[in-house]
Amino acid sequence: MISVDNVSYRYSGTPKDVLTGVNLQIQDGEFVAIMGENGAGKTTLVKMFNGLIKPREGSVYVDGIDTREKSVAQLSRDVGLIFQNPDHQLFAETVAEELSFSLRNFGFDEQTIKRRVTNISTALDLEKYVDSSPFVLSGGERKRLALAAILVWDPKHIIMDEPTIGQDYLQKDRLRQFIVQLISQGKTIIIVTHDIEFVAECKPRIVLLSKGAVIADDSAPKILTNDETLAKASLVRPQIAELIHQLPISEKPPDIIDAYAAREFLLTRLLKRNETEELR
Amino acid sequence: MPAISARKLTFTYAGAGTPSMENISLSIEKGEFVILTGPSGCGKTTFCRCLNGLIPNFYSGELHGDLFVDEENVSDKSTAELSKHIGFVFQNPENQLFSLTVERDVAFGLENLGVPKEEAVTRVSWAMQSTGIEDLRNKAPYELSGGQQQRAAIAGVLAMKPNIIVLDEPTSFLDPKSAEEIVGVIARLNREYKITTILVEHRLDIVSRYANRVIIMDKGNVVLDGSPPQVYDEQARLIGIGLPKVTTLFHMLRRDGFPLTTNPITVEQASEQLSRVLQR
Repeated sequence: MISVDNVSYRYSGTPKDVLTGVNLQIQDGEFVAIMGENGAGKTTLVKMFNGLIKPREGSVYVDGIDTREKSVAQLSRDVGLIFQNPDHQLFAETVAEELSFSLRNFGFDEQTIKRRVTNISTALDLEKYVDSSPFVLSGGERKRLALAAILVWDPKHIIMDEPTIGQDYLQKDRLRQFIVQLISQGKTIIIVTHDIEFVAECKPRIVLLSKGAVIADDSAPKILTNDETLAKASLVRPQIAELIHQLPISEKPPDIIDAYAAREFLLTRLLKRNETEELR
Repeated sequence: MPAISARKLTFTYAGAGTPSMENISLSIEKGEFVILTGPSGCGKTTFCRCLNGLIPNFYSGELHGDLFVDEENVSDKSTAELSKHIGFVFQNPENQLFSLTVERDVAFGLENLGVPKEEAVTRVSWAMQSTGIEDLRNKAPYELSGGQQQRAAIAGVLAMKPNIIVLDEPTSFLDPKSAEEIVGVIARLNREYKITTILVEHRLDIVSRYANRVIIMDKGNVVLDGSPPQVYDEQARLIGIGLPKVTTLFHMLRRDGFPLTTNPITVEQASEQLSRVLQR
């Protein structure tokens, strides 16, 4: 469990808190999206989860341990953080070395390293590049490599900062399936994202930050259809939610945010109106 | 003569077995607003690299065919000369801004071109005004929000008075509100100054309403080319294009037998058609 206990934070030499009085609990195996406007404090918050930033006011506990009591290296064994920009993370000569680096540091034996590198590069569709330099990969592929380089040591809690940037639709779909698979293995998944349509499809719990404070914490359908809350965090409704909102019909369910649910609703509505013949 | 004219353009990166882009023949007229999209590795980045001469000047490989940009034969020109004709804006504005003030940043390209001081001052003010950042001229780029930074990056390109602007996923780092605003700025520059606009984008939801044309590439070829409603059909979905969600919903409903004719591009268009069907 990750527990944030009344945390405020200010970068040295700056006049304003980037986080103010944040309280948050994330259970093991949860899927959470942290959303909010540019500069809301999202990245600062997740950097506290693996100890890259230690709180000065309040505390962050990972599995019951105060992050101030452990080094980033120790915390990273359980909390994997994948940066927004893969180039901040990648440095090795080949993909295979990139993937085995941390495993060597954690003291795994060569046989295990080899097996894990093979498994993860297959899972993330990187096997054809194992002997290539990370810098010949495309932006989207480097992003997948950065993810693989963390997942390879099998951390319990996985944080992804803007994982969908630069990914095409099929890759996003694969990422979504991969996240589902990780959750089913009991991993905690935390994503920081602006990608409303991705969130509308995956439906994680959403923690909404604005100006450093948590302004809402609820299910995706609840938050993504609440205009007042969305506006505060510079977000907009997903297209489908906006469509249902605009339809001039009565008795609309308030929480439709994806195309599948919208289709169900519209079909039922039409059938009710005895227009079945027209449909056939 | 069109703004861009390519004839049988083929490029194979050095060391790659197959061409990344093969026999691309297309022309883009002056003042068009074109979305260029396609799955990762489809060749769209390669095509854009040809437009400002990065290929073949900086990327080695084998280039065949002809390419004219703003009436210049690209193979006769350096990337620096081409920058007077065609401007580039990238995903992450932070990579494009590095001066101490916004104004210095916007002026940077002009100084490099050796534009006389007086004209440079006029152009910089005009560019900042056109992108709505004149109040920010003395701020440091790091003090700006993501959306403001991207405006500054666009202003820097605009000051060069290019006839063509290429934008590579310019909103992916921005929160949805700022993203909508930036797309609005781009659309206004296209409309008011007739700047030919090529937007490379995976997220078609917010940009489609402004484009008169969508070009979809797949495996190095142009596979679909037309107006958004024409192009956003079943074939585009099968290639793996992330169509606007309202368009996806209409595809589903049509398969269910709903009598829906055109593919909607915006929520308003979708709502109008659906209301008619539901209220009949």
